[in-house]
Amino acid sequence: MSDERILKFHILRYNPQVKGDVPTMKTYEVKEAPGMTIFIALNDIRENHDPSLQFDFICRAGICGSCAMIINGHPDLACRTLTSKFPDGEIKLLPLPGFELIGDLSVNTGKFMRAMSERVESWIHDTYADSVDLDRLEERMDPDIAEQIYELERCVECGCCVSACATKRMRDGFLTAVGFMRLARYALDPRDKRSDDEFYEIVGDDEGVFGCMTLLGCQDYCPKDLPHQTQIAYLRRRMALVK
Amino acid sequence: MKIVYTDSLIIGGGLAGLRIAIAAKQRGFDSIVLSLMPAKRSHSAAAQGGMQASLGASIKGEGDNEDVHFEDTVKGSDWGCDQDVARMFVNTAPKAIRQLCAWGVPWSRVRKGDREVVINGQKVTITEKDEAHGLITSRDFGGTKKWRTCFTSDGTGHTMLYAMDNKAIQLGIQVHERKEAIAIIHEDGVCHGAIVRDLITGELIAYVAKATVIATGGYGRLYEVTTNAVISEGIGNAIALETGVAPLGNMEAVQFHPTAIVPVGILTTEGCRGDGGLLLDKDGYRFMPDYEPGKKELASRDVVSRRMTEHIRKGKGVPSRYGDHLWLDITLLGRAHIEKNLREVKEICEYFLGIDPVKEYIPVRPTQHYSMGGVRTKPTGESPTMRGLFSAGEAACWDMHGFNRLGGNSVAETVVAGMIVGEYVADYCAENPLKIDTKLIEKFMDREKEKISTLLSREKGESSFALKKEMQQIMMDKVGIFRNEADLSQAVEELKVLHQRSKNIALRHKIASSNPELVEAIRVPKMIRLAQCVAYGAMLRKESRGAHAREDYPERNDRDWLKRTLTFWKDENADLPEVQYEELDVMKMEMPPGSRGYGVDNTIHHPDTEKRVAQLEDIKKANPSADRFEMQRLLNPIEIPDKFRGKNERIGKGFK
Ligand SMILES: Cc1cc2nc3c(=O)[nH]c(=O)nc-3n(C[C@H](O)[C@H](O)[C@H](O)COP(=O)(O)OP(=O)(O)OC[C@H]3O[C@@H](n4cnc5c(N)ncnc54)[C@H](O)[C@@H]3O)c2cc1C
Ligand code: SF4
Ligand code: SF4
Ligand code: FES
Repeated sequence: MSDERILKFHILRYNPQVKGDVPTMKTYEVKEAPGMTIFIALNDIRENHDPSLQFDFICRAGICGSCAMIINGHPDLACRTLTSKFPDGEIKLLPLPGFELIGDLSVNTGKFMRAMSERVESWIHDTYADSVDLDRLEERMDPDIAEQIYELERCVECGCCVSACATKRMRDGFLTAVGFMRLARYALDPRDKRSDDEFYEIVGDDEGVFGCMTLLGCQDYCPKDLPHQTQIAYLRRRMALVK
Repeated sequence: MKIVYTDSLIIGGGLAGLRIAIAAKQRGFDSIVLSLMPAKRSHSAAAQGGMQASLGASIKGEGDNEDVHFEDTVKGSDWGCDQDVARMFVNTAPKAIRQLCAWGVPWSRVRKGDREVVINGQKVTITEKDEAHGLITSRDFGGTKKWRTCFTSDGTGHTMLYAMDNKAIQLGIQVHERKEAIAIIHEDGVCHGAIVRDLITGELIAYVAKATVIATGGYGRLYEVTTNAVISEGIGNAIALETGVAPLGNMEAVQFHPTAIVPVGILTTEGCRGDGGLLLDKDGYRFMPDYEPGKKELASRDVVSRRMTEHIRKGKGVPSRYGDHLWLDITLLGRAHIEKNLREVKEICEYFLGIDPVKEYIPVRPTQHYSMGGVRTKPTGESPTMRGLFSAGEAACWDMHGFNRLGGNSVAETVVAGMIVGEYVADYCAENPLKIDTKLIEKFMDREKEKISTLLSREKGESSFALKKEMQQIMMDKVGIFRNEADLSQAVEELKVLHQRSKNIALRHKIASSNPELVEAIRVPKMIRLAQCVAYGAMLRKESRGAHAREDYPERNDRDWLKRTLTFWKDENADLPEVQYEELDVMKMEMPPGSRGYGVDNTIHHPDTEKRVAQLEDIKKANPSADRFEMQRLLNPIEIPDKFRGKNERIGKGFK
């Protein structure tokens, strides 16, 4: 390709570990290559311009959810974002808001997601789960139900929905869409023996599903296209019936 | 000095590590899991294809059982595996999958009635039995006699890892994230924990434990192009090696997967071919049946990868600016199937190649994929030479894969090893007191501190990024799919030089807290040592076995090479690892070496093989009424924890 572009990356730099450091935007120039993703470009910057640049990639294939950041104003997975998507070659990168900042583009989603999992008790509630006889045939499940559960379990805990949520910005304790989706996943699962009353205890207030303003930032930016709108609506209806 | 105490310290939060933590916790021992990042992001999540377990519920899995799975696994390993371990594994795999079922994995299920599938390029209708409806179903994978690979649509590893991590959260197991183990604490052949670096603050912490487990995954990133995650750098293996006491096993056994996309190396799952996808050359010609008329595209991975490379060398590759490649054609599977069972593949094609695999071919090439080698262990998971040091999962050479692992056998290994080794870890915790020797801990702590401060204070020197690139290039060019003496000995020499140079790394960014350049500077010398183990082991092994294919020694040589490579790094100042060998005992094998059934059989046989075959015949003749379980015990009795001894039930078969 003869028309190789020079891309301009504008990146928020800030290392809270270094005393006296203040957030600043810095610009780096990278020569575009065919099929270049933001993953490739950021590594290029780290290797050739500034080895201190912090960011998180693991699978670099859109599978693990590590690399969400704000790319030209919108949350998305950086590893599967091709630079060719940006016609003017200007790419502005900010860390995902709503999470503790580790440094530059790296945020602590792990801490948030663990707390979310503990809060919604993200596991099968069945007193017999640990005493099933492993030698015997597994419990049967309707093939369609299995597929539907999987559809809701495809969340990769990337945090895009959290960063796009207006309610979360106003109310720090708000469970957010990732938590609703997780709960909906267990509510659908016949193996989970929790009653609606028990689910209500978890999400039946303003920190939960009744606080959601249904502006659907979550739906718009979920890179796995999870059905947030339907699931939030469903949870609300089901919870409204409880009390 | 910050010290954290626990009963069992598990380094690695993938499927293997989490399962061991759960086992120890359920036996009442405190366990802490360390991970470079949140456990749910571990590379286990990337396994799209499936997990092998001989449930035999689907009609195409009918007649499957532990024995068939055992045969496939041993053959797949090219007789390089430990058959005792393979036995434990196949017997436990059905239990592992059923347990995960109880813990929440939404396994895809059998749907009764007719269903259209693609077999050998043809649409075929198969009919699932009514009585199997709702049980866990399975798909076809390479190198297996039956359809044995259980799956969750296109996200098997993801759902397994989520269920496992959720179980760990339920049990209150702490996962210390963004922590990297950089050295093992040990004395007199006993392990006492690890020195760990906090990747955010840079602080060094001593984790002192009764039992320490290395479950850090593979070392794919020794190669320039790999399907592995960027964190699959083998650091767990390296810190075991650096003890000088614990050996690594079969490091030269490196698997290449036939179908990673070009150029970036992201995997398209074996499920593509399992479900009926074909490999085509530049003329759109399906070439695999010419090479392997039997299993065609579904021959074992190592075989398909070599055949593809051969075909490319004949000038049949599709030229591209990134070199020649071949095509993977899944268009014949149809949109509905692709969008449901191969959606991840579709996404990858769309995002990284800008193509629609429903209509277009996918450019693929064999690419580094799996590390059969790793921390050598006994069947209990413990190092043969260091007490209290355990390993499991891809990081380990527990050795059920020998020189080639079957697709779907790896996530199965992580969970099964997790269950079995987990019990032995718990036993070890029960039998041994926590030893706290502050002097010893200090010694290791000071050593690591010193290394880091040397790195930070060196004014000028080598760049770790550049060294890593050079290493990865050497491994790609000279220690790849086909190997030969000239390339390998060059690689060994060049890596020696890199090893020397890696002692002189300097940083541009001299900060001790979160600093990606420092992380790299700590890792790269370790990675180079591992690369040396791989290259040197490959140079010395003068035969072809499984994934280790020598152009100059094309035959499998059981007479001289039916043995496992053990590499030690005893002398810190040495330039090369020390290599020893561990013989495999043919007279104990339940399945003596034979032909894998690919290409021509040019095996040089072991003198014991015939003897053992005759002996097995005699045992069979002398016990005509023994059922398959009794026969197995007669042929090769194995130790297995009591919990996992039961026979497995199957639909239509009961417990037979
Ligand atoms: C793209 C792809 C697809 C695959 N598909 C399949 C499939 O369909 N079926 C199948 O059977 N197998 C498949 N495999 C193989 C299989 O996924 C892996 O072998 C398996 O998941 C490894 O699990 P693990 O628990 O051993 O390690 P991992 O899941 O890799 O976990 C390693 C853990 O160790 C931690 N860690 C690493 N180093 C350190 C350190 N120094 N200190 C602290 N923590 C550390 C990491 O943070 C991580 O938590 C696939 C592999 C790839 C690459
Ligand atoms: S719909 Fe609810 S959860 Fe989703 S972004 Fe809006 S407020 Fe947040
Ligand atoms: S629901 Fe979607 S956006 Fe939210 S964390 Fe999960 S994958 Fe990311
Ligand atoms: S690095 Fe895994 S999703 Fe981007």
